[in-house]
Order: sequence, then structure tokens, then C-alpha cells
Amino acid sequence: MHADRLNLHGMKAIYLFEMARFRRTLWQSLATPVITTALYFVVFGSAIGGRIGEIDGVSYAAFIVPGLIMLTVLTESLNNASFGIHMPKFTGTIYELLSAPISPLETVAAFVGAAATKSVILGLVILATASLFIPLQVLHPLWMASYLVLVALSFSLAGFIIGVWARGFEDLQFVPMLVITPLSFLGGAFYSIRMLPEPFQMASLFNPVMYVISGFRWSFYGTGDVPIAASIAGLLVFLALSSTMVWWIFRTGYRLKS
Amino acid sequence: MQPIITTSGLTKTYGSGLTALHPINLEIRRGEIFALLGPNGAGKTTLISILCGIVVPGGGQARVDGHDIVRDYRAARRVIGLVPQELHTDVFETVWDTACFSRGLFDLPPDPAWIERVLRDLSLWNKRHDKIMTLSGGMKRRVLIAKALSHEPRVLFLDEPTAGVDVELRRDMWTLIRRLRDEGVTIILTTHYIAEAEEMADRVGVIHRGRLVLVEDKMTLMRKLGRRQLRLHLQDPLREIPPPLADWPLELGQDGSLLCLTFEAGEEQSRIPALLRRLGELGIEFRDLDTRESSLEEIFVGLVKES
Ligand SMILES: Nc1ncnc2c1ncn2[C@@H]1O[C@H](COP(=O)(O)OP(=O)(O)OP(=O)(O)O)[C@@H](O)[C@H]1O
Ligand SMILES: [Mg+2]
Repeated sequence: MHADRLNLHGMKAIYLFEMARFRRTLWQSLATPVITTALYFVVFGSAIGGRIGEIDGVSYAAFIVPGLIMLTVLTESLNNASFGIHMPKFTGTIYELLSAPISPLETVAAFVGAAATKSVILGLVILATASLFIPLQVLHPLWMASYLVLVALSFSLAGFIIGVWARGFEDLQFVPMLVITPLSFLGGAFYSIRMLPEPFQMASLFNPVMYVISGFRWSFYGTGDVPIAASIAGLLVFLALSSTMVWWIFRTGYRLKS
Repeated sequence: MQPIITTSGLTKTYGSGLTALHPINLEIRRGEIFALLGPNGAGKTTLISILCGIVVPGGGQARVDGHDIVRDYRAARRVIGLVPQELHTDVFETVWDTACFSRGLFDLPPDPAWIERVLRDLSLWNKRHDKIMTLSGGMKRRVLIAKALSHEPRVLFLDEPTAGVDVELRRDMWTLIRRLRDEGVTIILTTHYIAEAEEMADRVGVIHRGRLVLVEDKMTLMRKLGRRQLRLHLQDPLREIPPPLADWPLELGQDGSLLCLTFEAGEEQSRIPALLRRLGELGIEFRDLDTRESSLEEIFVGLVKES
């Protein structure tokens, strides 16, 4: 047996374990975003949207689709990944992960891969639901797909950190509810920041989530609040920061090993 | 033969500042059953956890099957199966799934026939589709053993395997452990039931306050440290030891009706006839006599008191 080969069986075991967890709650997982999307369309798209008119040449209903998808993908990535690693910490079954011949990188890849898979699926479900309500165009489908995956991976990685850091299940909710949701709402999920008066427009430039949403909207309509390069650069910086944190966690055993 | 586990100067101080292990030098022989004894908080679980990769070692080194547990952790961990002290199990997963998961985690391809054998050995076969949360504590303990065996370990750590386990399961477990040993698996177990160590182990290590106070072949240990006692049940109680017997290591018990002679194992045993002759001369008669050997338990209590 070669000592240092990749532990593919181990990665697959973790990935499938996580996916099985999602499958157990498949209907709840899917029903929530579908119903929420439908509700947003009724409220924003039809009721209010009619009075807003077009933004950047796109109908308001169509304008909010990328933001809606990002809102779900961001929170779901954080939630899935943080729950996935927090659960074994909570039940104590983490002993097995720690004692297995699997490297930190492989462990993270499997957990984060599974969490990202689920949020990408959810994002696509929302896209499909939205297309039932309005005709949708995606200007750069390949960019859209890759960007979606990149966002799901980055935020799942961040979710992994939250799951390791959290001391209890309440902590898990903290970041998605109190950081990501407000930043998404303020980051142009439902409007263009150019519609804001100063100094709020300026302030929005310091909102990292704004860059994320803007980039995704660009892949749909070719326009965003900031140039696409800024969005991608922002995401890559975030990914690098999260990766460094995870590397540090495993190096020091922070809240995993004593 | 090269030992399967070697630790040299292995230490651990927890973040709280508590030193759980002072330098530990230990060798575990291939294929033996090694019992690690020690009171609560002695450091047994800490030692096992370091060897398995769950706790970060402080200083020193350890090798499992020739592989350094830090530098070459993959190779070291591949050979190890661990049954933890606490019942840390999954909740919603089935017995079958959790066993297959463990096998995959340890980088082995699926082998349903092997998992079936393990589950049958542990009388878990007809529970295989049950969710773990619906099982009793003893059954969960079996599940943990099944998980550890699912990846065919060469070294099996059992951290207090019989805590909270009924007589039947305990017997099953010992049968299984003996069979594993016959198949060449090295077994390291901790227990508070000294009778178990006495019955099962080839060698015994005693750990106390983070120090390994003794490692010894079980038989040698019992011979070396075991005390023997000759107990004479007297016809007529004595008030005190008669002066002519003063230089004998004698004690009176049971209101003077029991006379005990204690001697260390290996000590000149011909003292018994001499004592009996002496008693005859003094006219002290006895109804009955018996001899006892001290158990590992007494040895253990003695050791812990000393250190
Ligand atoms: N994570 C930890 N942080 C700080 N101290 C710890 C930690 N784990 C164990 N200890 C301490 O280290 C010492 C050794 O504990 P350990 O669990 O190794 O003992 P043990 O011999 O297994 O005891 P028992 O028979 O009760 O299982 C104890 O004093 C314990 O309180
Ligand atoms: Mg213990």
C-alpha cells in the first residue's frame, strides 16, 4: 500500500455522507427556496416591480433574479458547510475523522464540495423557478455557471470555518443571519446601488457582498454595479482568506484537537 | 521482532496547563493483548488519543508499525482501529451505513462481505437497517466496535470497552478479542475491571498521574508483587500474639480467632512448616487453614498508593 496516495475512498465517504444528510431533508431543502422565490416574484416582481420600471434596461422582475439566487446560495453555503462540520463536533463523532488516514485538505474538500454541491443545486432550482414566471436571458452562461460554483465554494469554505469556530448551534446562525442577510439586502440584491443617494452609494462600495452579487448579475445582463474584474478579484481574495484560515485551523488544531 | 508501537519521551500538557502525561516510554509487542490500568484521570485516554491522532502530542515521539505518528500519519493511522471510551455515534445513519463509512474513511474499497462478517460477529446483523439513535447503549458500543473493525486494523485500541456493558456482551467481546488476537491483531485496552486484565492480558501497564509506573508481563507481575497469605482459623481466640512468635510477620484478625502470616511471593516458603511446628509446641490449635494470593487489584492499589 502506498503511504501517501490520495485518500479517495475517504473523500468519497465524507461527500456521500453529507449528501445523504441533504437527501434526508430534500423536500424541505427544495420547498423553501422555491416558495420564497415565488413569494418574492409576487411581491417585488408583480406588485411593486410594475412601478419601478426597468433598471439598466432590464425589467425589475428579471433584475432581482441574480440577487435572489445569490442570497440563497450565500446563506445555504454557509449553513450547509457549518452544520456539516459542527455536527460531528457536537456528537463527538469527529474522533473518527481526526483518527483517519485523511489529510486536512482532503477532509475540507469533501465537506466543502458537498455543501457547495447542494447550494449550486438550489441556485439552479431558483433559476428554473424564476424562468417559470418571466422570460430570462443569460448573456454569459459559462461565466454564470463557473461564477456560481466559485461563490458556492468560497462561502462553503467560510461556512466550514464558522462550523469549527461555533461553540453551539446558536453560533451557527449568527453569521448568516446577522452578517450575510443584511449585507445582501444592502448589497444590491433587490436594487442597483446607483439608485441610492450618497453617502450610501459610497458606503456600499465597502460591502463585500455587493461585489459578489454584482458579478453574478453581470453574467446575466452584462452590467453590474462594479466591473466584473472587481467582483472576481474580490471573490478570489475572499477565497484566499478563507483558505488561509482553514489551513491555520488544521495547523493549530484550533477547536478541533486539544 | 520489532515492536508494533514505540513511544519515546511522549508527553502532553493540555491548554489548561495540566500535564496529563510525563515522558512515556512504552513498547507494545506485535500480537499481544496489553492492558493499560490506572485510576480515573491517570492519562490512559490521553495516551491512546495521541497515538490515534485525536490529541496533539506535546513532546517526544511515537511510532506505530514503524511509522511516525506525526510525520507519517497516514501510514500509521491506516493500521489502527479505535473504539473510544465515550459513545460517540452518528444519529440518523443506519448501522450498515456507518460501518461502510468507516471503511471508506480509512481508504479501503467497499467490501460488503467483510462488513457482514463484522456485523454478524457482533450480533448486529439483524439491526443493520436500524438507525443508530434507536439502539440501546450496549448496542451502540457494538456499533463502535464494528466501525473500528470495518477497516481491518492491525492494532485495536479499546478504551474501556466493557463500561456499561452487560455480562453477555462482555463475554462475547472477550471471545471476539481473543479471536482477533489469534488472527494477529495487537490489542491495547484500558479497563477499570482488574479481573478483566488479569483474565485477558498478556502484559499489563500501570499508569498513574501521567506516569507509567510499571510495565510487566502479567504472570511475572503477579509472581513478583503478589503476596501470599496463610490464614489459620484458631480453635480458641488469642488476645495477642504470643511473645515467642513476635519475630514472625503475623497479624490477628476476627477478634483473635484468625491468625494471618503474610509473605511476599518468592520468599522462603518453608517457613510455613516451621510456623506450624512452632504453634504445635505452643499448644495453639487451629480448625482450618487456607492460603490466598493477592489479585492484580491489590497489586494495583498497592502501587498507586506508593507512587
Ligand atoms: N481536553 C482536555 N483538556 C484539558 N484537560 C484534559 C483534557 N482531556 C483530559 N484532560 C485531563 O487530563 C488528565 C488525564 O485524562 P484522561 O482522560 O487521559 O484520563 P483517563 O486515564 O482516561 O481517565 P478515565 O479512567 O477517567 O477515563 C485528567 O486530569 C483530565 O482532566
Ligand atoms: Mg479515559
